[in-house]
Amino acid sequence: MSFTIALAGNPNCGKTTLFNALTGASQRVGNWPGVTIDKKVGKIKGTDSELVDLPGIYSMSPYSPEELVSRNFIVDEKPDAVINIVDATNLERNLFLTLQLIDMGMPMVIALNMMDQVRQLGDKIDVDKLSDGLGVPVVPISASKKENIDDLVAQVMSVAEKRKSPEPMRYADDIMRLEAAAEVALEGKVPQDNIRFYAYKLIEDDSAVNDKVPGARDSLKMAIKDLENQYDDTADSIIADSRYSKITEVVSGAYTRAPRDERGTLSDRIDKIVTHRILGLPIFIGIIALVYFIAMYDGELGTSPGAAATAWVNDVLFGEIIEPGVADWCDSMGVSEVLKGLLVDGIIHGVGAVLGFLPQMIILFICLVILEEVGYMARAAFVMDRIFRYFNLSGKSFIPLLVGTGCGVPGVMSCRTIESEADRRITAMTVTFMPCGAKLPVIAAITAALAGAWWVGVLAYFGGIVLVIMSGIILKKFRHLAGKPAPFIMELPPYRLPGLYSSAKTVFDRAWAFVKKAGTIILLTVIAIWFMSHFTFSFQFIDPDEDMGDSILAGIGGVFAYLFMPLGWGDSWELASATITGLIAKEDLIGTLAVVLGTGEEAADVGEMLALLLPKSAIVSFFIFNMYCAPCFAAIGAIHRELGNWKHTGIAVAYQCLLAYAIASIVYVVYGTCIGDTIEIYSYVIAAIAAIILVYVLVAKDPFRQFSRPQEVAHDLG
Amino acid sequence: MTTLKETAVGSSVNVKRICGEGDLKRHIMEMGITKGVEIYVRKVAPLGDPIEITVRGYELSLRKEYAELIEVE
Repeated sequence: MSFTIALAGNPNCGKTTLFNALTGASQRVGNWPGVTIDKKVGKIKGTDSELVDLPGIYSMSPYSPEELVSRNFIVDEKPDAVINIVDATNLERNLFLTLQLIDMGMPMVIALNMMDQVRQLGDKIDVDKLSDGLGVPVVPISASKKENIDDLVAQVMSVAEKRKSPEPMRYADDIMRLEAAAEVALEGKVPQDNIRFYAYKLIEDDSAVNDKVPGARDSLKMAIKDLENQYDDTADSIIADSRYSKITEVVSGAYTRAPRDERGTLSDRIDKIVTHRILGLPIFIGIIALVYFIAMYDGELGTSPGAAATAWVNDVLFGEIIEPGVADWCDSMGVSEVLKGLLVDGIIHGVGAVLGFLPQMIILFICLVILEEVGYMARAAFVMDRIFRYFNLSGKSFIPLLVGTGCGVPGVMSCRTIESEADRRITAMTVTFMPCGAKLPVIAAITAALAGAWWVGVLAYFGGIVLVIMSGIILKKFRHLAGKPAPFIMELPPYRLPGLYSSAKTVFDRAWAFVKKAGTIILLTVIAIWFMSHFTFSFQFIDPDEDMGDSILAGIGGVFAYLFMPLGWGDSWELASATITGLIAKEDLIGTLAVVLGTGEEAADVGEMLALLLPKSAIVSFFIFNMYCAPCFAAIGAIHRELGNWKHTGIAVAYQCLLAYAIASIVYVVYGTCIGDTIEIYSYVIAAIAAIILVYVLVAKDPFRQFSRPQEVAHDLG
Repeated sequence: MTTLKETAVGSSVNVKRICGEGDLKRHIMEMGITKGVEIYVRKVAPLGDPIEITVRGYELSLRKEYAELIEVE
């Protein structure tokens, strides 16, 4: 028989490890509809049944996208059975979700995971008693040691075949009476299979259920109020209390705790040092520095393995082997110049520039996945939260931002480790404000253009940080962009050794997602820009080194140039066209300028030419716009992966461009006036408008503020 | 009235009531902080906030602004 089985459980309970153990290599990764949460599906080994991995959640509330996805799947798709994986070392909290699943009436089996650790602690669990108390079969397993997995599969198959729903949980009589009344009110309005779940949700005043069956709660209002008065608490608290009381009752009968080592567990002792009042911050900085030196660093002290690998792929593999190799092959086969140009200078150069980051990303992901699996990421958030909350971000945003100073692509992709959707999205939209490695030639050129001004590099980094902070404040005000902020109440999981297979799998999945992107959307845009720079509007092939002025790109640049008039550098199509090619890779901006301005290839040569063309204030505005506007296509592709659709990606890119434009315009006018450059009236007008809008979005009241900072709400039962 | 926010590091308390409402309150309760449960305050983060507690046998960290909503005795 072939069944659909869902795998549900809390975060940090070994769910991914169990999923891998059950499905092996047969996994497909996709996205849940409408959200950027990975949906993993695989075939359970030795059966025809499919296993769907639900996101790790603590409850079936409708407050996070993870929770909504999970409960919609169970209610709407009706899997034949649910495997509820439960961390045996943290039984009470894990069983809260279990009780809600039982309410949903799903045929289910509990996989009691981490039994090896329970034994290690010397604790005993009476599995039969636990199973009797919950009315659900319980299979003790260890996912990491692959213990009892076959037994679990056999149990799940038999439960799915019988489709036997668990007996309802018995709470206090007055609650059961109210629940029965709620079922009557819901009769015929919701699926009969899940009516008990809806009934409790109706009593709890669950927003999603209220939307689904409007008015159903009205007939219960009196009865709910009586209950609330009697318990002196709100209905949802009463239900949560009852569930936890039931759990305490079941667990206390089944769990025997061995006396603990007085010094605490090994995890406790590690944690004492890692999050120590004084040592905590230095350790955090040390660990981050270590990751940076392994994956990103390239400078006076040497070259990190990550930077070396990427340099090798870019310079040697693509630069010396593939590009010349294909060029030679084209020559020997008599391929036309146009096709050869497209293949070598267009596709291979463009896609190569993107794929070149792959080795660095893999090394970085290995570091991040290890930190995640060990349990350090949660501690990093704990240590840094105080600082980041002021920008409306969580402590976990620090790592993507730091990685972003090396390359925006892995920076954006490392946002996956941020659980809160709002923080994840905002971080993904702002990482590329940090000056990445490819922007260094631009910084070098502008430094030369401003006669070696030392402050250009400082401005680039400082400005990036300021823009991230501003964006944190601005973007939180747009809920459809940012998503709903989650309160900072976070589990600190025990330190564990990372599972080798799971870690490798995660790294591979993330890297593969990037390669797919390079092969599709990035490839297309690269071809489009190559085409525009190598053809005239009458589709005549030209050599851009000679007469790029006739190309489509120059024409488009000429049009865009008008947009940049208020910034002081709109008089020439060259600068606008270079801004467009900067979308392939920011260093291409300098390459294009070298070609169209007819200077040497060195950044300094380009800079000196710019100094002749533009006044100082316009050079600074050109610099600011190009530092912070839309990032390269590879980074846009990565942002798309984190935001989930092109609409939001488009809005994010437009936001970046507008913000860069506003800042460039304001700085141009202010700086230009200070040093006595001639500035047109319309520049003043645009800068004034930009400043007004910017100040407005910065100080406007945050309509969703109450979610991130609770007001002292009086305990009001009326 | 004492709240979890004022509880000294290293001491154990019992939860008397949880103030606040809606999303936030429910989330606090779902994580196992319910009436009567024992909470041990383990430590404060290096910068003074958030705090780390042990509840129902596991470690949980929460900001002081939320700890303030939890009345204890």
